[in-house]
Amino acid sequence: MTGGDTGRWTNQRVENVIGNILRIGVGLAVTLILIGGIFFLARHGSERIDYRVFSGEPADLRGVEGIARDAVSLSGRGIVQLGLLALIGTPIARVAFSVLGFVMQRDWLFAAFTLLVLAILGYSLHFA
Amino acid sequence: MSAFVFTGLVTLVAVAAGFVGSLTGLGGGVIIVPLLILCFGVDIRYAAGASLLSVIATSSGAAAAYVKEGYSNIRIAMFLEIATTTGALVGASLAARLNASWIAMVFGFVLVGSAWLTVRGHGSQRIAPTGDQRPSPSRLRLDSSYPSAHGPRPYHVQRVPWGFSVMFLAGGLSGLLGIGSGALKVIGMDGVMRVPFKVSTTTSNFMIGVTAAASAGVYVSRGYLDPRLALPVVLGVLPGALVGATVLPRIRAWKLRKAFSVVVLLLSVEMFYKGIRGGL
Repeated sequence: MTGGDTGRWTNQRVENVIGNILRIGVGLAVTLILIGGIFFLARHGSERIDYRVFSGEPADLRGVEGIARDAVSLSGRGIVQLGLLALIGTPIARVAFSVLGFVMQRDWLFAAFTLLVLAILGYSLHFA
Repeated sequence: MSAFVFTGLVTLVAVAAGFVGSLTGLGGGVIIVPLLILCFGVDIRYAAGASLLSVIATSSGAAAAYVKEGYSNIRIAMFLEIATTTGALVGASLAARLNASWIAMVFGFVLVGSAWLTVRGHGSQRIAPTGDQRPSPSRLRLDSSYPSAHGPRPYHVQRVPWGFSVMFLAGGLSGLLGIGSGALKVIGMDGVMRVPFKVSTTTSNFMIGVTAAASAGVYVSRGYLDPRLALPVVLGVLPGALVGATVLPRIRAWKLRKAFSVVVLLLSVEMFYKGIRGGL
């Protein structure tokens, strides 16, 4: 890879951390989705599901705070949604760490590019 | 249909979609979204929302393995992600405003393109990139090298503005349709920017997750992400794609690709039909 091999923050090292972030994020998300799914199916497995009519999710499943509240109260859907948030957060964490990696390498142009991507990602979660 | 039956059936379909998406290189999203719409009558926006999450899962899972091999170019990925995430925001906000019939028509066109790419095989036969390979000094320093049997092979990135534009389009389609747009990202790098194919595919896979995360944020905050639907889609596509990636090197994929391209064409016909007839 290109880029400076300044100090201990070589690209190899950055890539190792990125690989770990991705593995842990996906693992955590899948675990939460599985647990929430079991809760949901145990309680609502026999209820009817219909997606033909689009109505939008209830407000509490649309924002980070509401989802966290639902998950803490052990609502199956809340836990699944928290797992989905963890999944969305995984590539965001990867980008956030890349900012740090570029700063450590004193690559200010790419640190700025990466911050811009991070800002776009943050904006998307507050879109409504 | 009870929630239990629905979850079971969608999981099975999602496993198949992840498997086929992995073998063809199209990704699970472009297969699962039409199947959810056509087989289960799921609203196109719910289908796209759930699919985006499975796209993030498969991309992140695969990137964790690829990143150590030293093929993916993180600088190219980061730079082009400015274009893909901006495009994704535009696409995802269009999804909320456009009539479902129009989205279905766009999906139909994307499926026709996907079928063609499946048969053509992404130009994977071309190993050595063509054009000027001499590295030239550039402020972006996107040029790099990749590991080969004869040591590191350098490559020179070309036509960056054109590649950037293709990435904006790829992001837009990802946000509008809930797909990874991996094939288009590979075209942007391999075909337009002359990045070696193996570097293009691994870097594209790396970018897909970030692109999908930008769209997914919009889908969550607009209320298009339903946990009851995303549950079987994510838990199905992810293992399907992992199994696909494991068996891919051991089988002759060419005949399968041909067969799958017919399936993808049929899906496109159905999507056009749905789009014209309405009732989505």
